[in-house]
Amino acid sequence: MNQPLFSVTNLSKKFGKTIACNDISFDLWPGEILGIVGESGSGKTTLLRSIAGLIKPDQATINYQHKNKTLNIDQMDEPELRHLQRTEWAFVHQHPRDGLRMNVSAGANIGERLMANGWRHYDDIRAEAIKWLEAVEIDAKRIDDLPRTFSGGMQQRLQIARNLVTNPRLIFMDEPTGGLDVSVQARLLDLLRGLVRDLGLSAIIVTHDLAVARLLSNRLMVMKDGQVIEHGLTDQVLEDPQAAYSQLLVSSILQV
Amino acid sequence: MPILQIKNLHKKFTLHAQNGAVLNVLNGINLQVKAGEIAALCGPSGAGKSSLLKAIYGTYRIDGGDIKVKTTKQTINIAKAEPRQIMNLRRDVIGYVSQFLRVIPRIGALDIVAEPAIMQGMSPDQAHSIALDLLDQLRIPQKLHNLSPLTFSGGEQQRVNIARAMAAPRPLMLFDEPTASLDPQNRQTVLELIAQLRDQGTAILGIFHDPADRKFLHARDIHLSAVKEAEHV
Repeated sequence: MNQPLFSVTNLSKKFGKTIACNDISFDLWPGEILGIVGESGSGKTTLLRSIAGLIKPDQATINYQHKNKTLNIDQMDEPELRHLQRTEWAFVHQHPRDGLRMNVSAGANIGERLMANGWRHYDDIRAEAIKWLEAVEIDAKRIDDLPRTFSGGMQQRLQIARNLVTNPRLIFMDEPTGGLDVSVQARLLDLLRGLVRDLGLSAIIVTHDLAVARLLSNRLMVMKDGQVIEHGLTDQVLEDPQAAYSQLLVSSILQV
Repeated sequence: MPILQIKNLHKKFTLHAQNGAVLNVLNGINLQVKAGEIAALCGPSGAGKSSLLKAIYGTYRIDGGDIKVKTTKQTINIAKAEPRQIMNLRRDVIGYVSQFLRVIPRIGALDIVAEPAIMQGMSPDQAHSIALDLLDQLRIPQKLHNLSPLTFSGGEQQRVNIARAMAAPRPLMLFDEPTASLDPQNRQTVLELIAQLRDQGTAILGIFHDPADRKFLHARDIHLSAVKEAEHV
């Protein structure tokens, strides 16, 4: 494809007098993983939620390439947007409980998105759910258990399975390894990396953890006070940061 | 045209935490490397040898000058390239062997070595068989192949890193002290692998501190402190 998969131009969002995102523009090309880093309150989650259609920005042009057509996301009506969110897009929330339905079984959490995509046969849906539980390294025997009986790391992996089962082309992730143990984090990151590579996904990942960004993303955007202050290849931003704030951020990484 | 052509390259670091102190690390570098040639960067520590390799690989941003890389289709100037152009160049045109292996948790040595070849479109089976062969040549015991190199010794990690680059040879290969922490036997193997790449027509630019290594490779020395005078492109 000779054009960006996803393109954001002049995005701004205010909450009252607070400017959360100020005039942000960027492109995402097919197969790219873009990391958005910055401290709490920098506007990175607001940016992610705005571009994924979860909240409405005050101003923005957002284009998405769909079957050789350019879809104008910011002008799209609600049902059309919802359809896109359930099929070609996926959103992994920081807290699994925001992305899972806690009162239905693990299998149903995965199956629900398949049914929204037109799957009808119970046996097929169940077989696909088992395949995805195994892909995210959850024992298939847990298929009928409620997510509430799972550990935090398992819940997060279930959320990822639920999101990836429909073969999305673009996945948005908000601190996907946020509240997890370091050992579980490594496992999840390895899993995400493999899935992204094997399925040819594009992704936009918000994180405050530069090690996570380094491992997963090809490109990085550094945000502060609602502005993008630096943008480049991941190794460029981490090894040769230009802005004073990026230099501070990189030099603050704890070494082990 | 040579595969790599650098003209009047400037690179400085501005350290904002130290009152904006400026370090000029590369001042007007000119050099070129042709296919089937090994060029060795020489000069004392701090002369900017590693910085130059990182600038060519696109890791360091450039303050002035050109880094032109010839590909089968076109010539790309790294100094002005878009991130995704640099990503494509790294996959297909420029390989870089750093001094340290950046390990990915939980991934075994064999998969790490095979990955760049798979990214270039090779079938996983073929990439794994090439990776296996390279790890054998570099004397990484079979029982370690499926373990993460995180637990390996420094010399073993360096050999995994070299195997990873060799499994997916690209027309321009950059080596940062590839023999630094190796025993004599493995050092010889690595030098022979690099010489093989050259004989296959790869353009090679590297840092080799030992004069014996440079002699074995028939490397053309480029003295970094004196590059401006020494090379007229």
